[in-house]
Amino acid sequence: MKLHIGYSSLVDHPMMVKRNGWMEAAMDLMRRISPNQGETALSALLAILPSHSSELLSQVDQPLQVLMDAKCEKEFILCEYNRDADSYRSPWSNEYYPPLEDGSLPSAEMRKLECEANDVFAIYRDQYYEGGISSVYMWEDDGQGFAACFLIKKDGSKSGDGRRGNLHEGTWDAIHVIEVGAEEDGKAHYCLTSTVMLSLTTEGKPSGTFNLAGSIRRQMNCDLAVADGHICNMGKMIEEMEGKLRNSLDQVYFGKTREMVCTLRPPPEGIQMKLPE
Amino acid sequence: MADWGEESENPELTEKQKKEIAKWFLTNAPAGEIQYVAKDVRALIADDRLYNLAAAEAFPLFNKAHLVVLEMPDRSGDVIISSFGEIDKDNFFDPRTAQIVTVDHMKQVCTKVRPANDEELPSAYVEEFRFALDAELCKYVVDTYPKGTCAVYCTRGKDVDGPGVNFDFAVVISASRTSPQNFCNGSWRSIWTLEFKDDLQVVEVKGKMQVVAHYFEEGNVQLDAKNECRDSTLLQSPEDCAVSISNTIRHHEAEYMASLEESYLHLPDSTFKDLRRKLPVTRTLFPWQNTLQFSLTRDISRELGIGK
Repeated sequence: MKLHIGYSSLVDHPMMVKRNGWMEAAMDLMRRISPNQGETALSALLAILPSHSSELLSQVDQPLQVLMDAKCEKEFILCEYNRDADSYRSPWSNEYYPPLEDGSLPSAEMRKLECEANDVFAIYRDQYYEGGISSVYMWEDDGQGFAACFLIKKDGSKSGDGRRGNLHEGTWDAIHVIEVGAEEDGKAHYCLTSTVMLSLTTEGKPSGTFNLAGSIRRQMNCDLAVADGHICNMGKMIEEMEGKLRNSLDQVYFGKTREMVCTLRPPPEGIQMKLPE
Repeated sequence: MADWGEESENPELTEKQKKEIAKWFLTNAPAGEIQYVAKDVRALIADDRLYNLAAAEAFPLFNKAHLVVLEMPDRSGDVIISSFGEIDKDNFFDPRTAQIVTVDHMKQVCTKVRPANDEELPSAYVEEFRFALDAELCKYVVDTYPKGTCAVYCTRGKDVDGPGVNFDFAVVISASRTSPQNFCNGSWRSIWTLEFKDDLQVVEVKGKMQVVAHYFEEGNVQLDAKNECRDSTLLQSPEDCAVSISNTIRHHEAEYMASLEESYLHLPDSTFKDLRRKLPVTRTLFPWQNTLQFSLTRDISRELGIGK
């Protein structure tokens, strides 16, 4: 049973984890190699550092993969949190694909919350993403709390779910892991770690191929009233976090690359472009 | 995913596999970052002999692909490391100063220079075209790229000694900025191939431009933009050719820069929207609070007017 492999190392704040030199070098490489080559880089690191594989897999987010739940005829997203051995549990039918006997399942109470979260999150996803796939997984914590993982995968290309047809290629993968502490005085502690990985490409004449690829991870902590409902509390945090991540990618990260282009080749005076603050 | 060997059956990587991995990381380092990548790779491989074997292969590839600019030791200027000037692995021709430069690829420095031999230089006839174009381009590059360097190589027909025969040039422009304290690096590279067609009295111009930028403060975001174009101009006197060719290059590069601007301008409102909207289709934040009141999602769907 390896379900908790990634989660157990996420319990510690990433900065608090004492890393040895190898992990430090590996993480430095991951922030240098293009996010478009992240998968190849990770598989190379796993080959070099087999003894650090669980640490690497928990620190480095990979592009999300999907499988078809044949019973419900609906796609679901794969991650460490719905994996048992080589099979993945679908949030729709609660069954493992490929079939697995004795695959670990959440408790009835946890499963009820998970079903509800999946239904609500699918509506949230549709409103913000106009398409895409989402999956939510929940599991009991070692303590008295629980944890949840909210995943969204969107293909925004014109051949995918891109409504405006502007993108030749466009992927957005969002991974939100929330640890919820035990209830205390009507409140619970929510710790959210979110990662967004994206890549977008536009093509045309005379602009050629224009690709921006990125990956950022942030954390947010809140103490919220349990009476408002776990799903409501988690949902609001995720919505705020996604908004922040999208904004900083757009304004800060893309803005910085644009600034760099203008440093390399300053636009002619007179039509000086506005640089984002 | 790349296949780095059958780790599952054989957890011990062979030396060859380790070396290939090291080489992959080094050659895929972002512009201006190979030394940082090298430090990490060296630590991970933990075998200096193997690392040196990989680095000896990877650094020359990186330096040439990135059109790395190195200062010549005799203060005669900068040399661009490019395949057009490659004499052998460690020696590169600098056409402007007519020198052969020996480089230390791994340290990314020039170690010595020597004047080129007569047989390494183009004929006086070809050199007249090359020299005139180089002078015109220098003016353009100095005006346009604060940290830019250019070079004009004769890539075919360097011994042509008069009208009647075709010859080819390659123009290389390289401008890079590294600002590790601001977590930002980038480079602009353009390569223009020129075919001087004596029979048709035209010069065919083909360009490849690539711009990359990397910003990595608490994240990793990279721009990779490239474009190709072609044009032609009349074959005239060396001076007139130089002016019209550099004007052609100037025009296409300015047009490309404008289109990059355009791409950035469209990002926030249209391009990015196809990945995720800033606000939901309802233009108000998601009604999480209401989800409590409905135990059945069907009710929520109905309330929000969304069919399942």
